[in-house]
Amino acid sequence: MTTDRTLSRASSYALLTVLALVMVFPFLWMILSSLKDATQIFKPALLPSHPGLDNYAAILLSKGSKFPRWFINSAVVACCTTASVLFFDSLIGYTLAKFSFPGKKLIFLLIISTLMIPTEMLVIPWYALSRAFKWGNSYWGIMFPGMISAFGVFLMRQFMSTVPDDLLDAARIDGMGELSIFARIALPLVKPALGTLAIFNFIGNWNAFLWPLIIASRPAMFTLPVGLANFSGEAGSDWHLIMTGATVAMVPLIIVFLVFQKQIIRGIAMTGLKG
Amino acid sequence: MTLAKKRAITAYVFLALPLVFFIGVRFGPMLYMMGRSLTDWSLLRKSNQFLGLANFAAVLGDPVFGKAMANTARYALVGAPIVIALSLAVALLLNGIARGKGLFRLIYVLPYITPVVAVSWVWRWMYQSPPMGLINRLLGALGLPAHAFINNPKEALYSILGVGIWVEMGYCVTIFLAGIQTIPQDCIEAARIDGASESRVLRSIILPLLMPITFFLAIMEGIQFLRIFTPVYNMSSQAMGGPLDSTKSAALYIYQTAFTKFEMGRAASASLILFAVIMVVTLVQVRFFDKKTNY
Repeated sequence: MTTDRTLSRASSYALLTVLALVMVFPFLWMILSSLKDATQIFKPALLPSHPGLDNYAAILLSKGSKFPRWFINSAVVACCTTASVLFFDSLIGYTLAKFSFPGKKLIFLLIISTLMIPTEMLVIPWYALSRAFKWGNSYWGIMFPGMISAFGVFLMRQFMSTVPDDLLDAARIDGMGELSIFARIALPLVKPALGTLAIFNFIGNWNAFLWPLIIASRPAMFTLPVGLANFSGEAGSDWHLIMTGATVAMVPLIIVFLVFQKQIIRGIAMTGLKG
Repeated sequence: MTLAKKRAITAYVFLALPLVFFIGVRFGPMLYMMGRSLTDWSLLRKSNQFLGLANFAAVLGDPVFGKAMANTARYALVGAPIVIALSLAVALLLNGIARGKGLFRLIYVLPYITPVVAVSWVWRWMYQSPPMGLINRLLGALGLPAHAFINNPKEALYSILGVGIWVEMGYCVTIFLAGIQTIPQDCIEAARIDGASESRVLRSIILPLLMPITFFLAIMEGIQFLRIFTPVYNMSSQAMGGPLDSTKSAALYIYQTAFTKFEMGRAASASLILFAVIMVVTLVQVRFFDKKTNY
């Protein structure tokens, strides 16, 4: 009986480890490839014989490279949309959870039903809209579809409903304005939810591909994923540079991931169980 | 003014800008597109002729669209069941071990949060022909024949689908694991005391209680694979969905119609067809699952 248990546990670990290798190895291979030069990259050795950071210098420091610009673009887009989503989603969630007014249910349904409209479909009219208003090749053009997230509204409404009404009423009696009640009383109480929402939005916007691909036609306005796709498509067999670019595009996310792993796992689990 | 009225006004003020957003950036564009799908809307010419359903007829009669829809069906019908079955197995294995659960789960989630564009190129690099392609070298070392993977019309779709599964697995494992942890332990303990074997506990307690989550994931992953775009765009040569349209998904077809051929009206109808398919599939699944999960 005990040997049986030990045996099955050992085989569990073995299977899980093999799978972990499959999950992680492409990343290792990417980094190893980024440390090789143009001749080493086609040699069968796994490890680089003379590991060097020349590729990173070529991608990040050389004059013609647009990667630094793309990096900045992605950072601007991801940070601004996340800030906007945090503000608006928590304000909407708070209003829908804590106020009563005619049409509340309808407005909530209206917002939630937009979750069903896929981006693949909306990009066509968004593009027409952007052309009409001349938003092409601007940060606003890349960002406007993501300024508010319907999923975030859903999430924040859940959390805002846990804020005690007495607390809000006490602040009202003290003469606090409605906006500062929201900002100074309600918001601090839902910090964990805000954190989860912020991380997910940052990741989602950093990785977004289809809309930025459509709206940014000038290379100076590409985000990192669009720039990487474009660069790689033109790089031909310069796989050492493609892998370096891929690494550069991933680094901020891996850092966010390692710092906020608990919130990320909890956030994923939340989307599943609440759905 | 009464207090209630005053607070209602505050609520409307808070919601004004968001409502403008949801109407202007979600509903408005969708309605606009539905209208324009009935016209010869194009970015190349200045005309706006009413065509009725001609765009829909043209799209449905286009053999490339047929191919793209067949490919999309294959992505969803093969991808979703595999990723769900695999993730369930992994989550059960993870639940059975005492140490390292968190670390394993963390590793499995990594592909899910990294940019799909970047991982698509990493896999494209690994799929290269020998001697540079890592996977082919591995096959060679094992004495197996080399494969063309993304360059072979018969293998390309599954090579891309493999990456999709690799990406989505972390998400599904995490959700399954969270679901397993909500199963009351005393229920399982009681069954064990009554002499139920481990496989019986799995079949009669754990799996039935995981049904709602499995169905939720089936819907989410079904939608996810029906919308597949980024890996196909980045892993097929020249982002064309080849070789020979063998990997082209519906989303890529829509993108090409709209943004390389500039036939917006036609692309709008194609995207409405895809939307209708997604809605129908989701509704059918919901109906089916409602029946199955009501005990």
